Amino acid sequence: MEHKLYVNSSPHIKDVAKTSNIMFDVIIALIPATIISIYLYSYMAAIIIGVTVVSSVLFEALYNLLTKQKQTVGDYSAVVTGLLLALNLPPSAASIWLGVIGSLVAIIIVKMIFGGIGNNIFNPAIAARVFLTVAFSSQMTTWLSPGADAISTATPLALASNGIITSNIDLFLGNIPGCLGETSALALLLGFGWLLIRKVIKLDITLTYLLTVVVFSFIIGVDPLFQILSGGLLLGAIFMATDYSTSPMTKKGKIIYGLGLGIITMGIRVYGNLPEGVSFSILFMNVLVPLIDRYTIPKSFGGVKKKNA
Amino acid sequence: MKQYKYFKRGVKVPHYKNTENVETTVMPIPDLVEIPMLHHIGAPCEPLVKPGDEVLVGQKIGDSDKYISAPVHTGVSGKVKKINSILFPNGVTVKSVLIETDKKQVVDQSIKPPVINSKKEFIAAVRESGLVGLGGAGFPTHVKLNPPEGIKIEYLLINGAECEPYITSDYRESIENSWNVISGINIIMEYLEIDKVIIGIEDNKPKAVEVLTGIAKTSDKIDIMPLKSKYPQGAEKMLIYSLTGKVVPAGKLPLDVGVIVMNVTSVAFIASYIKTGMPLTKKRITIDGGAIKHPSNIEVFVGTNIKEAIKFAGGFKEEPKKILMGGPMMGVSQYNLESPILKQNNAILAFNEKQSKMPEQTACIKCGRCISACPMNLMPVYFDIFNESKDADQLLKLDILSCIECGSCSFVCPANRYLVQSIRNGKLLVRAKGSK
Repeated sequence: MEHKLYVNSSPHIKDVAKTSNIMFDVIIALIPATIISIYLYSYMAAIIIGVTVVSSVLFEALYNLLTKQKQTVGDYSAVVTGLLLALNLPPSAASIWLGVIGSLVAIIIVKMIFGGIGNNIFNPAIAARVFLTVAFSSQMTTWLSPGADAISTATPLALASNGIITSNIDLFLGNIPGCLGETSALALLLGFGWLLIRKVIKLDITLTYLLTVVVFSFIIGVDPLFQILSGGLLLGAIFMATDYSTSPMTKKGKIIYGLGLGIITMGIRVYGNLPEGVSFSILFMNVLVPLIDRYTIPKSFGGVKKKNA
Repeated sequence: MKQYKYFKRGVKVPHYKNTENVETTVMPIPDLVEIPMLHHIGAPCEPLVKPGDEVLVGQKIGDSDKYISAPVHTGVSGKVKKINSILFPNGVTVKSVLIETDKKQVVDQSIKPPVINSKKEFIAAVRESGLVGLGGAGFPTHVKLNPPEGIKIEYLLINGAECEPYITSDYRESIENSWNVISGINIIMEYLEIDKVIIGIEDNKPKAVEVLTGIAKTSDKIDIMPLKSKYPQGAEKMLIYSLTGKVVPAGKLPLDVGVIVMNVTSVAFIASYIKTGMPLTKKRITIDGGAIKHPSNIEVFVGTNIKEAIKFAGGFKEEPKKILMGGPMMGVSQYNLESPILKQNNAILAFNEKQSKMPEQTACIKCGRCISACPMNLMPVYFDIFNESKDADQLLKLDILSCIECGSCSFVCPANRYLVQSIRNGKLLVRAKGSK
């Protein structure tokens, strides 16, 4: 009796971590922000989120079919991209078709053409948001104040540049105009907690990013809490800047990355023409990630300091 | 004594120490044993016997004139049936001596306690005993105990960490044979003039810590240090760091920082050899895994084949789909059940279908978990990438040769990348380029 045996290189046991589990944890972490957006903008938010998520998944499935590649939608990363993109859209009817176009850009151009998950240079949701902001600037900046009879208004950051200050409590709870998912700091922090507990991400990037913004605010004399709570900073710092493929892998690299993000964000907010700088700062730092990774290779245990690879 | 330093990174592996309370049973002499001429790192031995020869218990049947090598003995008496050649899973073909046992167990007349009056005689005796590192690597012990002139050994470290899942053979040695462990330590201390000894044992084995602490009280030179149980705590460089805070430089040996590391079972064997003169011919191994009916610890003669050993332990409860020599993190998967048990084996694991099949690789998501897991502070993700592009220069620059192949990176990879396999291949690329 001869048994047929599997033969392979060690190790022969595996941790439970799987790409799909990680993505699933990110989706769970985004649930509070999703619920708040539906609560604030009712069915409109639900439609935008639904359409964007479904179109993201369909675009990825379609791309894989057409290019005859192994189907990858099972890793849920397209769901994460769709959800993040939806949460980055304003709560108006135009966002329904903006979501479809955004998904096309995010999934096909930014992600799949670069080789799919793990190989994209830019964060798909952020790149799509920036594309939409530039291409459809009026639709992307039509803000509604939360509530049943939504009326057109400006975001706290835009108001602030005209000298009108929104209360930090409203900012924390999300009772302010803005993109679907970026308004409630509380919901985003709940998600952050989940990601940390599940060890999906570490503190490094988010904390450095936020601290840099705080320090920058102190130096130039603006309210740091307002800077943190307003705009897309928390959504960006927690969910987009920590995207694996488009952020550094080394500890030192993550700190440098967070520093860069904070400085660029505040630079744009304070000195630039745009009221918001999170998306552009992430996009800009994305480009530098390979470089940062190469210059922050750690010294091996017992080894000598390495030159860049 | 408290752990001195905590090495960074590493992973939490499941323990599966199902056999920790199972006392060792002795397996009866099998009808056939096949003793390979290579159990160690170094040069293989040449058989000293030929087909038809009668062999006696303890007789030397293979030796080499190379320095890094260790002689091979038989633990059974009987008749040499044939000189075979067997293929090891790493692709090396080695001569082996196939012995038909007569079960009379007549002991060779030359077996008597060695007479030792000096360090030189001690090291010669260790060589004659055939001892190799019993932790799994199989480095000839006489080489390890014989540092070049001018090197002062500060510490003798005893490795009882046993950080691999399933395996409990060292743990059983510490408990069942604790007096030999301590007297082995005393013998080495005396001949090598070492005055500091630390025994490192993972804190998931409190009983072993307790037993050895009790006995070690007899000497003020021996300390026991419970170590945080974390993989790979028992890896030589990690152990040295945990026990002494010393870092072994890349490409150097423990000797270079004044340290000798020995496995608990190895030191216990030295004590028994000095007492009896019986060379290394038996080994305690843990038999476990999902396909095994009765997980157990058994003592077998070196050269017993895997199938017989498992049969003695109670056989299979499911069809075995993977056979491992060693633990699941670093063990070698065997291509059949006929392979003989080697001196440095400490476990045979038989996995069922579900445990055996490794998940398919998917695209790397650059999460950096492999980097956070690497106890050697390397970047496995790049080894995978540069192995794929066959870039030996980059691999060398990133210090691929420092990798200890502990498997932590592959263990945590959410994309199931076969990182250790890539690294092994990458090392071959680097060495091939270096030898050009």
